[in-house]
Amino acid sequence: MDQPLRIVVAKPGLDGHDRGAKVVARALRDAGHEVIYTGLRRTAQQIVETVRDEDARFLGLSSLSGAHAHLFPQVCKHLLEAGLNDVIVFGGGIIPHEDRSALHEVGIRAVFGPGTPTSEILDFIQQAFDKGNAGVGQDTTWHWTSSA
Amino acid sequence: MSEEIPLALNGDRRAIARVLSGLENGTITVEQALAGRQSDPSSTSWSTMAITGAPGVGKSVLVDALMTVWATNGTKVALLAVDPSSPRTGGALLGDRVRMSSVDNPAIKELVYVRSIATRSSSGSVPLIVEDMAAFLLVCGWEKVLIETVGSGQAELRCAAVADRIVVVEGPARGDGIQAEKAGLLELADIVLVNKADLDGAERHAGELKESFGLGEQQAPEVLLTSALHGSGVVEAAQALMGLESSGRALRARMRERLLGQHERRLIQHPSYNALLDALCEGTLDIRTALARIDDEADE
Repeated sequence: MDQPLRIVVAKPGLDGHDRGAKVVARALRDAGHEVIYTGLRRTAQQIVETVRDEDARFLGLSSLSGAHAHLFPQVCKHLLEAGLNDVIVFGGGIIPHEDRSALHEVGIRAVFGPGTPTSEILDFIQQAFDKGNAGVGQDTTWHWTSSA
Repeated sequence: MSEEIPLALNGDRRAIARVLSGLENGTITVEQALAGRQSDPSSTSWSTMAITGAPGVGKSVLVDALMTVWATNGTKVALLAVDPSSPRTGGALLGDRVRMSSVDNPAIKELVYVRSIATRSSSGSVPLIVEDMAAFLLVCGWEKVLIETVGSGQAELRCAAVADRIVVVEGPARGDGIQAEKAGLLELADIVLVNKADLDGAERHAGELKESFGLGEQQAPEVLLTSALHGSGVVEAAQALMGLESSGRALRARMRERLLGQHERRLIQHPSYNALLDALCEGTLDIRTALARIDDEADE
């Protein structure tokens, strides 16, 4: 990675808490990446347009509201419609383990729960980048197995 | 990357975003991107405008309000919003979008493009690559390109190198009348907007600025009051900015900043730049030797 990666960190839906998203954004910044933070309460469409216009390589979605099972796949669907197949999507927040396989199936490559060390997120970023085909619409079933 | 260029020229926003990244990363040159095209030299007077001023005076909210007015009137307007890169890690948190509503407004969003940019290795409040990125947006059909600089102080003039017009945003309670007397950025302003006019001290500060400009012999730039938060003065400011003439005061400073900036860019792109930095950190090299090596290799 010669150049910093551009990573959008987004808060979809009606969810007013962004401490987690800010912690992740800070860890990514401190690892030398360029993080574009969307702010709170964005629609799936707004998030995808931000990823498109900012030419982001990664998209991190944070949800604490319980609406992840609806909102995260919606974002992935809009990404594919916009031709952004190669964007690598990961998620985090309060996301029960039993909900995660459905998210992996729509192309989300990692889901991180509370207590995940930020170093693990950086390891995921590196590995997903190196794979070269971990985008949301790309042909792989690979996903990261997170510790929390 | 080159296959993206024709798509971008047709207005494909994903392609535009990718070409801008190519320019920023140096994988594509501005000559390749423009391919001899020039932006339409239409009747309007300027193409690029820098919005600069101290951190926290309300540049982002004001820019958003201005873009909303212009786009509502049918003008295609792009924003290159610059935030600082960490001098330690090279990373950046680009947060200007948090304050942007125009880009999400269904009525006008097709006419608005916002791109966040980190300063990366360059010094100053604007990396020079912004000039190339703006030129590309102009040939892609954007009529006006705004450049929001890093929040900056009195002596930061690099924005003069990249923009046709300079707007300095001030806020209330920005010091006494002597601050307005000091030399620097304000001298290059083509117009001054005193934002947060809803707060105490804004009118007084605007008065001090006008008085200060009045002491000089050159033509004084206009000083307008705005409240981006409440919307007062924004339509008037948008109108004044759209027809803004160059004060002409900045020509020499503009050329100096261009020369300095391009010189710096050449230094940063020097193949030994990082190795020299490493050696300086380790103490195995002193500044004079480092400079001599750069000169030597430049001569070869």
